[in-house]
Amino acid sequence: MFRENRRALKLDWITIILFLVLVGFGWVNIMSASHVGEDFSYFDLDQPYGKQVMFIGLTIVIIIIILSIEAKFYERFSSVIYIVSILSLVGLFIFGKNVNGATSWYGIGAMTIQPSEFAKFATSLAVAKHISDIQTNMKSLQDQLKTVAIITIPSLLILLQNDAGSTIVYASFFFVFYREGLQQIYLILAAIVIVLSVITLKFGVLITAIVTTVFILGFYFLRKKKRFSVIQPIIILGLCVTFSFGIKMFYDNMLKPHQKDRISLWLRLEKDPIKLAEMKQTILYNLNESEKAISSGGLTGKGFLEGTRTTGKFVPEQHTDYIFSTVGEEWGFVGSALVVILFVGLLIRILYLAESQKSLFSRVYGYCVASILFFHFMINIGMVMGLIPTVGIPLPFFSYGGSSLWGFTILLFIFVKLDSNKVNDW
Amino acid sequence: MRKLFLFLIIITVGVVFIGRLFYLQVFNQNTYDLYEDNAIRKVYDYPKRGYVYDRNGTLLVANQPSYDVMIIPREVKALDTLEFCSLLKITKGDFIDTYKKTYRYSPRIPSVFVPQLSKEDYATLQEKLRKFPGFYIQKRTLRDYQTTIGANVLGDIGEVNMATIEKNPYYNMGDLIGKQGVEASYEDILRGEKGIKFIQKDRFNRDIGPFKDGIFDTLPKPGKDITITIDAKLQEYGELLMKHKRGGIIAIEPSSGEILAMVSGPSYDPNLLVGRERSKNFTKLFRDSIAKPLYDRSLLAQYPPGSPFKVLNALIGLQEQVVTTDDRFGCRLGYYLGSRRLTGCHSHSSPLSMNDGIAQSCNAYFVNVYRRIVDKYKDPAKGLTIWSDHVKSFGLGGFLNNDLSVGRPGRIPNGDYYDKAYGKGRWRSTYIVSNAIGQGEVETTPLQLANMAAAIGNRGYFYTPHIIKNIEDGTIDEKYTKPNYTTINKENFEPIINGMFDVYNKGTASTLQIPDIEICGKTGTAENYVKINGVKTQLTDHSIFVAFAPKDNPKIAIAVFVENGYWGSRFAGRMASLMIEKYLKGHITRTDMENWILTHSLENEYAKPYSGEPFGINKETTLQVIDNVQRKP
Repeated sequence: MFRENRRALKLDWITIILFLVLVGFGWVNIMSASHVGEDFSYFDLDQPYGKQVMFIGLTIVIIIIILSIEAKFYERFSSVIYIVSILSLVGLFIFGKNVNGATSWYGIGAMTIQPSEFAKFATSLAVAKHISDIQTNMKSLQDQLKTVAIITIPSLLILLQNDAGSTIVYASFFFVFYREGLQQIYLILAAIVIVLSVITLKFGVLITAIVTTVFILGFYFLRKKKRFSVIQPIIILGLCVTFSFGIKMFYDNMLKPHQKDRISLWLRLEKDPIKLAEMKQTILYNLNESEKAISSGGLTGKGFLEGTRTTGKFVPEQHTDYIFSTVGEEWGFVGSALVVILFVGLLIRILYLAESQKSLFSRVYGYCVASILFFHFMINIGMVMGLIPTVGIPLPFFSYGGSSLWGFTILLFIFVKLDSNKVNDW
Repeated sequence: MRKLFLFLIIITVGVVFIGRLFYLQVFNQNTYDLYEDNAIRKVYDYPKRGYVYDRNGTLLVANQPSYDVMIIPREVKALDTLEFCSLLKITKGDFIDTYKKTYRYSPRIPSVFVPQLSKEDYATLQEKLRKFPGFYIQKRTLRDYQTTIGANVLGDIGEVNMATIEKNPYYNMGDLIGKQGVEASYEDILRGEKGIKFIQKDRFNRDIGPFKDGIFDTLPKPGKDITITIDAKLQEYGELLMKHKRGGIIAIEPSSGEILAMVSGPSYDPNLLVGRERSKNFTKLFRDSIAKPLYDRSLLAQYPPGSPFKVLNALIGLQEQVVTTDDRFGCRLGYYLGSRRLTGCHSHSSPLSMNDGIAQSCNAYFVNVYRRIVDKYKDPAKGLTIWSDHVKSFGLGGFLNNDLSVGRPGRIPNGDYYDKAYGKGRWRSTYIVSNAIGQGEVETTPLQLANMAAAIGNRGYFYTPHIIKNIEDGTIDEKYTKPNYTTINKENFEPIINGMFDVYNKGTASTLQIPDIEICGKTGTAENYVKINGVKTQLTDHSIFVAFAPKDNPKIAIAVFVENGYWGSRFAGRMASLMIEKYLKGHITRTDMENWILTHSLENEYAKPYSGEPFGINKETTLQVIDNVQRKP
């Protein structure tokens, strides 16, 4: 008993407080976004804000369970947890329930459970376990491929369930790999891939080829080597152009129309005014309304439950993916900047804790937590403010929904537990 | 580096997000305005528009409900179109077209399907409306004219235009506003104050309840009733007399400046501008560029006044002491400067003193007086400016600043005017003698002439002519109850008034006498020109008459102006006399004169310039007689 108490005191209370503040403020905004009429009960279980109270209550139970389990359990059983999680994703193909075109839910009575939200922590555990294995060397290609396989399996399964948004999140593991020794060249390659894709989609393959040529020539010229290799730059150019073609083909033929539209809007590709007007009515509508709601908030916002656009339900999905627009309208610049600062604070705290871990498993897992939360934070808020193309993923701790709240809570509190145990890790 | 990579990216993203938030919420932010918020529907509650009564308390303008059939296209279910169309008196084609149009506009937002149903159509439709889901009835208030006269006086209301909306934030798209007449000039009083309800909308533009339980909502304030100075019976009679003629009549009560009648011919039935046919009828009236029924000739017809203007010259001559009542001037069928005839005249005895000069309307007499006024000083510009100031003190040559929706300033030239035209010191009184007889550069409107008659009748002052008599719970502007004094001394009026009395006794209007009423008048005949295919062509003279009665303490002052009526007593004089009799006695004893006016038309005269053929004027005209006379306007 005595030892247990001492351990409990070692919990990182900064993380926990940030978590509680975010969840609480999230609930306040869900209430604004989903209440109907002037008179309402705060705990109406038929309404999202009422259900969210229940979800938060269950979250506390989950936290207590997680913190009472021996820290070593997570490392030891990471493979089991991972396999169970993969099985739950596979099971969706048989028992899944289709919501909004994505088959990513299990219906249990009135409840729905989204296994992809839980796959994130499971995958994180598996990745941490694999990388922390004494035999794994992140510099070797074989181990790199194994690690990538660990994240590819769940992300592919999720993609097949038509939930492209959640799939993208798995790209966040790149940060973990990079921290754990992935070669610098991958970072450069990733940057080149992103730049090439954007240039190709925006300006076409020809311009991409020209830009690439100019860059390669400039690069070789500046290096002032006495002997020029002729074949090497040509191969690089060829690869780049091929990639550019590939991206173009992928964009033209593989993407679904709504995904194409989102990208074309983001890159301002659509020039036809009629088509553009049509887009404004459909996919740009959400973005327009959420931007309008945010900017109508002004410096200090309209106040709790006072947001006219929120009350009028102008922003679709406002209590889930677009919850941040409620913050913007009702709490203004002050409130929304505070939310951003809280998130950044939480992320940096997790990173700091991860770096201070003595066990490699804990550090890698901490990195996974930070990366996943960061990706959600960046994509969700960036999307709501119109900075990046529309990708439907929730804002951690804020968005309405049991699965996502629990998924993120488990993800975070396993790390809190691991962190509290670092004294014992020798 | 590897440790810091994610850390730096997180910080960067955080900074970018806060920057973006700052841009959206602080930098790029207009102050929040409830009225601009399109998440809030503003529903206006329109008050009752004030009624309009005439000076005797007769109700002229009231309100009537009108019923618009509204449609919410996506709520429409299969229906018996044939029955529905026959109820609404539209064809099936109309039905389909309108349905498609409203659907294209918005399937969710209500649109007007058929505007302004009559009470009868509404009654029959209402019973069966439940059979037609998606349709409902919206009540609006329209004007209900209790009379068929006074279109130019009463005016009409119509939808406010964009220019007004931009200038005056009170108005919104689709609001009704007074367009002409008292509806326009007393818009603020008649309309009241509309109430507003703020209603929270959802993203489908549907109402989901009052915004904040209606704490910002206001109640409408009803418009106030007004009483106007018009005598409906006199107005009606004036319009009857003006039938088949073009021109204007203004009758004023000299002791108050109240306008008793304000007739413009041709007129139209004000009911034409109400209801479903409004825009069709308005276009028709608006496009009539020949008869110009929407052009209020009593207020806007700015023409040379002709001979009635002479009396002013006589007054000014006496005031400036350049002439006495006994000075006689000769006339050899005109005024001669050496051997050159500056102006012609008709045949009458010669020489004439002032009294006969007015009674006989001798041109030469007034040219002499006018030249003495202008040449009183060495510089004709000084003399003319003094003359001009005297004339302007009668309310001529400038806006009267009254409560009529339209008006013209007229024109009274002064010294500067000719200095500009000819050059300083390069003109003499002989250049401008036409002004002496109300031609040349002098221009007035019938309202100004009537006001001039009132000022003469009052012996030297007038009240600004106005049309408002009483405002419910309000007071009328004090500028209408304060007399404006002319620059002519009271004693100078008597000889002139006697001259005008003799116009009836023995002068140019001696055939127009009304038993038991002492009328002072002055005939006028004004030359006028139009351009036909670019050629300046003279038309038959305008017939003008100015009068007041009785001679002492006048009850009515009147100016009548009939386009192309030839000489003053021919049309205008008769009409003025009849109007005076009608007003003072309430009935007509000179039925011969009334008959003559009612049976004679000038339509053939008005058709001449448009006939494309050469035509005769003045002496060569023939009178057009109408057989089936209407005794109602």
